[in-house]
Amino acid sequence: MDQFLQLIVAGLATGAIYALAAIGFTLVWQTSQTINFAQGEFVMLPAILVLVGTHAGLPVWAAFAVASIAFVLLFGFGFKRFLVEPMQRHGVLPLAIATMALSVLVKEAAKNGFSAEAQPFPSLVPDGMLSLWGAALSARDLAIVVVAVVAIVGLQLFITRTRTGRTMQATAQNPTVARILGIPVERMILLTFLINAVLALVASYLVSPVYLAKFSNGESIGLAAFIAAIVGGFNQIRGALAGGFLIGLIDNLTAAYVSSAYRTAVPLVVLVVVILVKPEGLLGRKEERTV
Amino acid sequence: MTHVLEVSGLKKHFGGVKAVDGVSFTVEEGEILGLIGPNGCGKSTLFNCILGQLTPTEGAVRLDGRVITGLYPAQLNRLGVSRTFQLLQVFPNLSVRENLILAGQEHKGTMLRRLFGARDAGLTPDADRMIAFFRLQHLADQKAGGLSYGQQKLLDAAMAFMAGPRLVLLDEPAGGVNLTMLENLKERLRTINRELGATFVVIEHNMDFVMSLCSRVVVMAEGKVLAEGSPAAIRNDPAVIEAYLGH
Amino acid sequence: MIRRPDANLLILLAAFPVLWFLPAGLKSYGLYVVSLWLVMSIAAMGLNLTLGYAGLTSLAQGAFLGIGAYATAILTTKAGWPLPAAFLASSGLSFAVGVLLGFPALRVKHHYLAFVTLAFTVVVFLVARNEQWLTGGVFGIANIPRPVLFGSDLGAALPFYRLLLCVTLVLALAMWWLLRSPWGRAFLALRENPLRAASLGIDIRAYTLLAFAIGSAYGGAAGSLYAPLVEFIDPAPFALSASFVLLLTVVAGGAGSFFGPFVGAFFSYMLPELLRATGGWYLIIYAAVVLVIVMISPTGLLGLIERWRDHRSQTRAAAARAAATPTLGAEAGGSESDSLRKGATP
Repeated sequence: MDQFLQLIVAGLATGAIYALAAIGFTLVWQTSQTINFAQGEFVMLPAILVLVGTHAGLPVWAAFAVASIAFVLLFGFGFKRFLVEPMQRHGVLPLAIATMALSVLVKEAAKNGFSAEAQPFPSLVPDGMLSLWGAALSARDLAIVVVAVVAIVGLQLFITRTRTGRTMQATAQNPTVARILGIPVERMILLTFLINAVLALVASYLVSPVYLAKFSNGESIGLAAFIAAIVGGFNQIRGALAGGFLIGLIDNLTAAYVSSAYRTAVPLVVLVVVILVKPEGLLGRKEERTV
Repeated sequence: MTHVLEVSGLKKHFGGVKAVDGVSFTVEEGEILGLIGPNGCGKSTLFNCILGQLTPTEGAVRLDGRVITGLYPAQLNRLGVSRTFQLLQVFPNLSVRENLILAGQEHKGTMLRRLFGARDAGLTPDADRMIAFFRLQHLADQKAGGLSYGQQKLLDAAMAFMAGPRLVLLDEPAGGVNLTMLENLKERLRTINRELGATFVVIEHNMDFVMSLCSRVVVMAEGKVLAEGSPAAIRNDPAVIEAYLGH
Repeated sequence: MIRRPDANLLILLAAFPVLWFLPAGLKSYGLYVVSLWLVMSIAAMGLNLTLGYAGLTSLAQGAFLGIGAYATAILTTKAGWPLPAAFLASSGLSFAVGVLLGFPALRVKHHYLAFVTLAFTVVVFLVARNEQWLTGGVFGIANIPRPVLFGSDLGAALPFYRLLLCVTLVLALAMWWLLRSPWGRAFLALRENPLRAASLGIDIRAYTLLAFAIGSAYGGAAGSLYAPLVEFIDPAPFALSASFVLLLTVVAGGAGSFFGPFVGAFFSYMLPELLRATGGWYLIIYAAVVLVIVMISPTGLLGLIERWRDHRSQTRAAAARAAATPTLGAEAGGSESDSLRKGATP
């Protein structure tokens, strides 16, 4: 029971990271039909940028600030403006392939421009154990869950309570109708890309103290976020949220009870089953697809 | 006596909507049957049920007495049922001739034989005859995507005849075709019907086209058969006039 | 390219002697690079059939490369099979697995299919890494023998390269034949308009499965040659990124162009080696080059050339039409036919 509770918390912490990445992934898919194969690298990169800053002699807070601003500019605005926009008219697949190339590019740049080795990353939360109902729980895991939940609730409030948020939601649900209604669609799409970058940033700062900052971190996170988004429902924010936590839990429980060697495989099997049985995802709604 | 096509008690319901609600009719050897009705009367759904695109909720479709309900479109095609589409469905990146060869190749020999046999599956003469018949000679080697709308429509029809079909279902063949081309098309269809001995079912909105081409007409309204008879009889049927003008 | 098959055949046959003699002066590393280019071209050729011609998005070609490589490594080192037998077995195995992987493609298309094949690739990688009894796990399989054929040892770099060249030629000729046969036309129809294809009697299910299986068999064949080329294999080269790179290879070279895979493989596997002098930066340059290619022309490099050629031939045809029909409405071309009957004057 003790171990089980620990696993649940660890699973929720992993799941929170996945959820952050999956929500961003879903948002840019909804508004602009972008399947971002570089999403994992988006989560890997901000931490590396911070370390580049500290290694250059910046104080930690300044490094965080510079890295955050640079990342959001480059991979929020720049990504949308210089990669997605020119590619969009060619359809879903060429754009997806361009993001694959971007993924290789970012990964290799981080490896050669910074370091091929895993680097320690400053934690915002002290490492330690909290005792809760007799179980020793990692403070860091709890902090990850709390920060991620705050970020997600904040996003949800923004979407449902503000005018801009509702407009963005409308754009996400149906860009064509939104355009007819006179919504500044391009600005709203840009907004989702900026939000995606911010979510990736938060995920990066949360995950890097635990797993260390390494150029290859994006591979597993990207894959998991990907699976989470599809399993939950490709077109629903709450689907991505549920999918993220679900995959995080499955991930940790598989590693503990089934086989740590195949921990990546179980979410994949879930993915394939969902795609074949209910392609719109567990919480998703059906999209019009031509045969 | 068996009919070429026999639709009996066909129903197709989408949830509570009865798109096709108990339709029965027959099509006889060599005739050109017109299928008309106001928009939303269920004739397209009926077509899709006959052609295996949709599975009927109830009822049966027979081809030469054999039940064909539930077969895949490709299987139906190989039994001799071919069709044209309401919207253009040619292959734009293939030449006109290649489009026609494609339309006939699956009827030639087995798959293995096609792999090791001739590149055109021996269909170039047939294709060229079809091209000449539809007066597309000067375009034979052009990509189909570069043809005018009317020319593509002709090609679309020609493709339906490549395999020497038993039954051809034409979905609005006249839609969007200009007047000169229309006469050409009508005359070609008549000739081909006579020469191939193929049986046609035509869905069409253009009344003049239907009335002058078809030997018999079935009128549908609200998912049911409203009237059936010769063009002249249909033209004077009060129920039909009511269905078209009454709403 | 169905339209100009003979040009493809001529280029293929002309390239053979050039490639036979050209690398003779290269050192063994240079020969290794050119050999790698051939092997990866075979894998890319298979994916080009699945993706470029039949329009089925697959992120599994790297996995089939792995299946072929491991099958050959295991059969030659542990079971003592000769390479030709192992080659046939590996290709056959990949064909069979490809049929199975094709079944999801009957249900889902496009990006959903990409996700399913992606999952397959990761599972294959995990099996290679974890099932030590079979694959040697992370330690891999070493000492994969190069073949002895007809009594002559093909172990040295140059003879082995020439063997690869012969196999590549045979497989390229087979692909050329396949694509210009009615099957090639059916695959194109499958890509462009499955609904219409079905209405013309084209068995969508059979052709979908075949496109997957044949493409996968080429992946397995490439893997089977890759194993003796590198003589040592571990799971790393068959990870998900390998499938990404193969997909990029086909797209950058020109999906649906006959020589696209060769051009793409040059960019993906030869250029990085040539750029090794730039230190660790070669993959970055490679990725940037591919990104630029894909952004400029989503149909790849050869797609760009083809588009230009189409444009030219269209302008020329339009000019010819204008010259042939000075009066509007006159029918150009040969005489008309008023009958469909055989023997009627066309």
